[in-house]
Amino acid sequence: MANTAAEDAANAPYVRFTDVQKTYDGEKLVVRDLNLDIKKGEFLTMLGPSGSGKTTTLLMLAGFEVPTQGDIILGDQSLKNMPPHKRDIGMVFQNYALFPHMTVEENCAFPLDVRKVGKAEIQTRVKRALDMVQLGGYGKRRPGQLSGGQQQRVAVARALVFNPKLVLMDEPLGALDRQLREQMQLEIKHLHERLGITVVYVTHDQGEALTMSNRIAVFNDGEVQQLATPDTLYEEPQNSFVAQFIGENNKLRGTVRSLNGTICEVDVEGGGAVRALAVRIGGVGSATLLSLRPERVKINPPSGSVPNVFPAKVEELIYLGDHIRTRVSVCGHDDFVVKVPNAEGRVPFQPGSAITIGWKVEDCRALDVL
Amino acid sequence: MVSTAVPAGGLIEGSAVLKSHLRRAERTRKLRAVGLVLPLFLFIMVSFIIPIGVMLFQSIYDPDIRTLMPNTAAALDTWDGADLPDETVFAALVQDLAAAQKEKKAALIGRRLNYEMSGLRSELVKSGKAAMTMTAGPYKDQMIAVAPIWGDRATWAVIKRAARTYTPYYYLSSFDFEYTADNDVVAVPEGQAVYKAVFVRTLGISLLVTALTLVLGFPVAYLLATQPPRIANLLLILVLLPFWTSLLVRTTAWVVLLQTQGPINDLLMLTGLVDERVQLIFTRFGTIAAMTHIQLPFTLLPIYSVMKTISPSHMRAARSLGANSFYAFARVYFPQTLPGVAAGCLLTFILCLGYYITPALVGGPTDQLISTYIALFTNSTVNWGMGSALGTILLASTLVLYFVYNRLVGIDRMRLT
Ligand SMILES: Nc1ncnc2c1ncn2[C@@H]1O[C@H](COP(=O)(O)OP(=O)(O)OP(=O)(O)O)[C@@H](O)[C@H]1O
Ligand SMILES: [Mg+2]
Repeated sequence: MANTAAEDAANAPYVRFTDVQKTYDGEKLVVRDLNLDIKKGEFLTMLGPSGSGKTTTLLMLAGFEVPTQGDIILGDQSLKNMPPHKRDIGMVFQNYALFPHMTVEENCAFPLDVRKVGKAEIQTRVKRALDMVQLGGYGKRRPGQLSGGQQQRVAVARALVFNPKLVLMDEPLGALDRQLREQMQLEIKHLHERLGITVVYVTHDQGEALTMSNRIAVFNDGEVQQLATPDTLYEEPQNSFVAQFIGENNKLRGTVRSLNGTICEVDVEGGGAVRALAVRIGGVGSATLLSLRPERVKINPPSGSVPNVFPAKVEELIYLGDHIRTRVSVCGHDDFVVKVPNAEGRVPFQPGSAITIGWKVEDCRALDVL
Repeated sequence: MVSTAVPAGGLIEGSAVLKSHLRRAERTRKLRAVGLVLPLFLFIMVSFIIPIGVMLFQSIYDPDIRTLMPNTAAALDTWDGADLPDETVFAALVQDLAAAQKEKKAALIGRRLNYEMSGLRSELVKSGKAAMTMTAGPYKDQMIAVAPIWGDRATWAVIKRAARTYTPYYYLSSFDFEYTADNDVVAVPEGQAVYKAVFVRTLGISLLVTALTLVLGFPVAYLLATQPPRIANLLLILVLLPFWTSLLVRTTAWVVLLQTQGPINDLLMLTGLVDERVQLIFTRFGTIAAMTHIQLPFTLLPIYSVMKTISPSHMRAARSLGANSFYAFARVYFPQTLPGVAAGCLLTFILCLGYYITPALVGGPTDQLISTYIALFTNSTVNWGMGSALGTILLASTLVLYFVYNRLVGIDRMRLT
């Protein structure tokens, strides 16, 4: 069955980075060979450690930095040589960048003033935008008279009020405390869902990325390590960096002993052989890093239920309410963490207890060595 | 009643109790603030406020004639000014002059009267000597014989006016007004008027220099504020360099530069821009060039320090919201620099009003500013009254300008963050 035209349009990239490179000093590539497609109406988050090139990528999109190579397309237009003010991209900055000498209303009216929108329409649109972020009564105040969270809302309203083609947000919640941050995350997410806007969001907080995004691009060292939906990213990390950057992760070093289709057998450094999914390894004999989520490890599994079973010694118990974080030593690694759900009341072991632990083949991924 | 309505552990919002709590909390803060400024306040009191008070007083206080010629002053109190005074006044005059001559103070009387009618000084010295030798009346004719001025009604009008302990005379002179023999206030004849032109010139040159420093300084401040720190620091040192040399040295440097045989003229000749050497020093141009150079950092630095605080993300935000660079600068950047512009311009303008050395060294001899005249009266001619009156007018006009300016620009309302 042929795709309809509408489906084609929905799947066509709205923003496309093609082989984009960026260097500031002519020596180090801050962004290397970036190829990235963003769909219309998507909430895409760029997640990565500090200095990985997220802001640089965003600034190239907004037009404040020029790619040293490659091209960026927005809609059906190349952004090459297009100055920032012609791009029709709303941007929210980490420090809000509200104009201190203008009232909240004037701030929000600014993009409309620039576009020579009529007085009456400006008023209704500004009012609607402020109501949208629940700041209807604050129009006459100056930014200095608002709290951090309120300022951030004004910045969001200002970036949305002119119906931009694209909204960019660079760590907009970085300066807020945790509770407010979580509240704002949901507010922004709901705004996105309601208005159907396309958002490119930058953060280095993985919780934030998982909460808000349709897709997440994990950046490291100027490269996209993996671009996927939040659950795929968590469940199926494609390399060790992603596995360790997103969520908690147990690492076991080893060498590939045998390879059979998607399943491989790995000799762990401290002793023991593990059967794992071969995701990103070299041939037989190559080094690998096994990756295993702490909540996928079973304690004292019934015999025969899982293929990987090892004796372990409990080193430490940390009570965290909903689960008990248990550190054990296994296969010569003593930093192996198991999350034991707090469902059965008391756990049946103490530090020093000898137990067995086990896990399924598909929960253990053999990845590259960092 | 209020206290009974207060719930346990809390106060009712808007109640008087809450207000008094606030006042009490504020009081310690205020006391501490007072303690912190007190030493400076005392210092300013002694070194600034009191001298200014004395200056204000000096400009209207004029006791010389009343104390040096007590009898004449008293006798003149009843004189109607219509005709020459009668014999009793002349007798008192002779008595006073003889006494003054004995104490060698006749010249002081002459100096004071000379302010209002030139030529009186020498006549008084002569009359003083003659008065010593006079033994018997009638004195009227004897005195007129010694010096014809005593037969002139105008002389007596001057003495009667000068005999007042408090006088508006110095202020009238400062605005180029004078008295006639009939005590009418009239404007000084065109050719003799001085001070109005001096005030206008002082204001005009100060305004021009302020405008020039702003035009020259603003772009440099912008450059300083937007360059990476390494370049900005170097540039800042260049801007500050003149600050490290004294005003006198900088002015002297301009003397060297502006001379008819100086480097600027050399350059003009060399490039063929002029055929013969131009007069640069001792002209209005010299004054303005030197003052602009010296004042530049004063205008520039407040602007720079305000610009430093303007986040570059503001311009980016404006651009991303659709403003072109010019519009973003005009609507977002420039308004935020206004507190700095206001502070810098005000500083330069007020300093310019008081310029003294620079116009004296490089300006034209007939093109001096008000300070030159104040210095002249206080240092050379020891006419404290005139010096104080001119100084007071300068002070008052500066204050008036400050308040008008504040109304227009609103320095108070804008915070220097
Ligand atoms: N204007 C600049 N000039 C030179 N180097 C720069 C400039 N801006 C960024 N860099 C460098 O480029 C690299 C990537 O910076 P970028 O700001 O894109 O990182 P980021 O992923 O946004 O980090 P963070 O999470 O800390 O904001 C860093 O090594 C940084 O030092
Ligand atoms: Mg960044």
